[in-house]
Amino acid sequence: MNIIEVRNVTKEYSSHMALDNVSVSIPKGCIFGLLGPNGAGKTSLIRIINQITGPDSGEVLFDGVPLNPDHISRIGYLPEERGLYKKMKVGEQLLYLAQLKGLSQKEAMEKLKTWFIKFDIKTWWDKTIGDLSKGMQQKVQFVSTVLHEPDLIILDEPFSGFDPINANLIRDEILELKQKGSTIIFSTHRMETVEELCDHIALIHKSKKVLDGPKKAIKEQFKTHTYFVEYKGYLDELDPIYQILDQKITEDGYFRSNIHLDGDTNANALLLNLLSKVEIRAFGENIPTMSDIFMKAVNEVPEA
Amino acid sequence: MRNIYLVIRREYLVRVKKKSFLVMTLLGPLLFVAFYATVFWVALGSVDTKTVQVLDESGLFRNKFNDSETLKFVFTDKSIDSAKAAFPTSEANALVYIPANVINAPKSVRIYAAKNVSMDLKSEIEKVIEKEIEDIKLAEAGITHKILEDSRVNINSETISLSEEGEKTSSSGAATVIGGVCAFLIYMSVFIYGTQVMRGITEEKTSRIVEVIISSVKPFHLMLGKIIGVALVGLTQFVLWILLTTALTSATSAIIGSQLSKQSVQMAKEMNKAQGPGQAMPGGNVDNPVTEVLGAVGSLNIPLIIGCFLFYYLGGYLLYSALFGAVGAAVDNDADTQQFMLPITLPIIFSFVFAQFVLRDPDGTLAFWTSIIPFTSPIIMMVRIPFGVPAWELVLSMVLLVLGFMGTTWVAARIYRVGILMYGKKVSYKELVKWIFYK
Repeated sequence: MNIIEVRNVTKEYSSHMALDNVSVSIPKGCIFGLLGPNGAGKTSLIRIINQITGPDSGEVLFDGVPLNPDHISRIGYLPEERGLYKKMKVGEQLLYLAQLKGLSQKEAMEKLKTWFIKFDIKTWWDKTIGDLSKGMQQKVQFVSTVLHEPDLIILDEPFSGFDPINANLIRDEILELKQKGSTIIFSTHRMETVEELCDHIALIHKSKKVLDGPKKAIKEQFKTHTYFVEYKGYLDELDPIYQILDQKITEDGYFRSNIHLDGDTNANALLLNLLSKVEIRAFGENIPTMSDIFMKAVNEVPEA
Repeated sequence: MRNIYLVIRREYLVRVKKKSFLVMTLLGPLLFVAFYATVFWVALGSVDTKTVQVLDESGLFRNKFNDSETLKFVFTDKSIDSAKAAFPTSEANALVYIPANVINAPKSVRIYAAKNVSMDLKSEIEKVIEKEIEDIKLAEAGITHKILEDSRVNINSETISLSEEGEKTSSSGAATVIGGVCAFLIYMSVFIYGTQVMRGITEEKTSRIVEVIISSVKPFHLMLGKIIGVALVGLTQFVLWILLTTALTSATSAIIGSQLSKQSVQMAKEMNKAQGPGQAMPGGNVDNPVTEVLGAVGSLNIPLIIGCFLFYYLGGYLLYSALFGAVGAAVDNDADTQQFMLPITLPIIFSFVFAQFVLRDPDGTLAFWTSIIPFTSPIIMMVRIPFGVPAWELVLSMVLLVLGFMGTTWVAARIYRVGILMYGKKVSYKELVKWIFYK
């Protein structure tokens, strides 16, 4: 079951194309990484899902139904450009934002209490936003995004501006929300977070979707069938079915090589072959990182 | 609808809770009353008594100059040259020289003073001399005091406006004052509250909260909520001002009023004494000016004026605040608003300038057209209403104003929706027009 189905969405601004026939499915209950270089069209897509703008053509389904204003209260959105009313008090502001999302004053109050205890920020209630540090403001904004317990949470670069301790706190909250059944869309440039948190990804480049699917499948797709080996000794020749791609000296005097295997060959055979020639320190498959995949996918697209 | 209400409530409370709102609300009527009280104080209270030396060569004016609260007349028999020479060292503030042949050459009267003489003093002296010469000349022609008294008629003409509802006593003075005050209040409030809307929108844009808000509220609702919220702040301030001013002025006039009556009784007594028995006091039964003004105000259609004032305040404010809002959405910060402000402020300033002409000619062509066109009508029509306006003109002007603000709100909403998410771009007029016709 998909919580969001983007079908052939096209959005054009007067000077440029933001989204060109993009289709993406976001399964319920996953953490979905929305990736792409700056200006690829991610924000346009997020704004369409949030009903801030509408698509020129195509449609978006939420829980199988075309987007409508009732869905607004089921979405929580943390935009990349954070902002709160600087002169308003923390408590008042959160109450206001929660009520705009459809909570009653009483419900909002109760939920806020739990969050204020959880984040240990009880003393902030009567402080003005402008008096808080940037990190503190981010925390308040995060609370405002998830307070109404939305089914879909859209986070645009959620960790920017947090120190490692608070970043961890937020990460744990995100995982907990997922546990409770929320779907999370993550838009970020930080590949390590994608690696760590996301189950599914989609990559948008130059207004087109170039890649999407479960993270594992994509990694499989981008596998190069190469293994690395670190060793002592001299590696001159192997069975011709193995292709030695390079040979480098590491800092501590070992050699490191990447070896390509043909599709059907077993890694054990290669290992046996190596054992007889050199003293092995480390051996493993080269699994592409998200960063590699990102670069590769982006560079493969021909310049328009 | 719930969201519009929430936005209105926030916009309203944030502004009403501000200290500056409280200060303005309390200070406004205080300043007004203080001003009002000072004027009375100055008019009634501690005025210096001026001494005027009179050198009367004709001998006709001895005992004709009556001392008053503010003037004391001293006669001198010196020659004009020695009087002039002695004048700087004397305590007199002015020296009046009346030559012997004053009856045949009235223009030869001279007033000497160290500084310029006040208009009051000059007219006071002239009046006495004129009257005396007149009396003498009339007597020479054989007209006695008795005939004079009988022929003196006091006409205090009433202006009466003829309309379908019949005759109605009106006072063009009161109409002028009320029309002027209403026009000024609308002019001020359109400016003050219009810019508040603009500031609020720019603030949301620069603090970047707008994207969070419009993910829950439609941009149009956010804009409308802000405009209505600020309008209510304005209404609250007006109502509080009216209440506080009424309370304070009635308290002040009660105090001043008692002093005023004491003073006038005293003045009447002195006048009677000076004029002596048997001589009637000219214009003796002058109406109390306060009751006269109150009567004139009462003759105006007050409910109509208040109703129209509220309508034109809201209409004018809505028309312009939408435009101010569009400017706020189009720019990134307050400093950039200047270039777009001019075309909006010009019609407001023009209507205020036109208002001065309309006050003089409330039924002229200029008055008609400017009170029909929605951009000037809120101010101009308010000037005209106290003088009486045909019903069809009023209705036409109101309908056009409603259409006008619907139009500006539509235009503003188009600009707003694109503008609030547009950053770091210097916007031109051409761009704005493009936004309006954007699908």
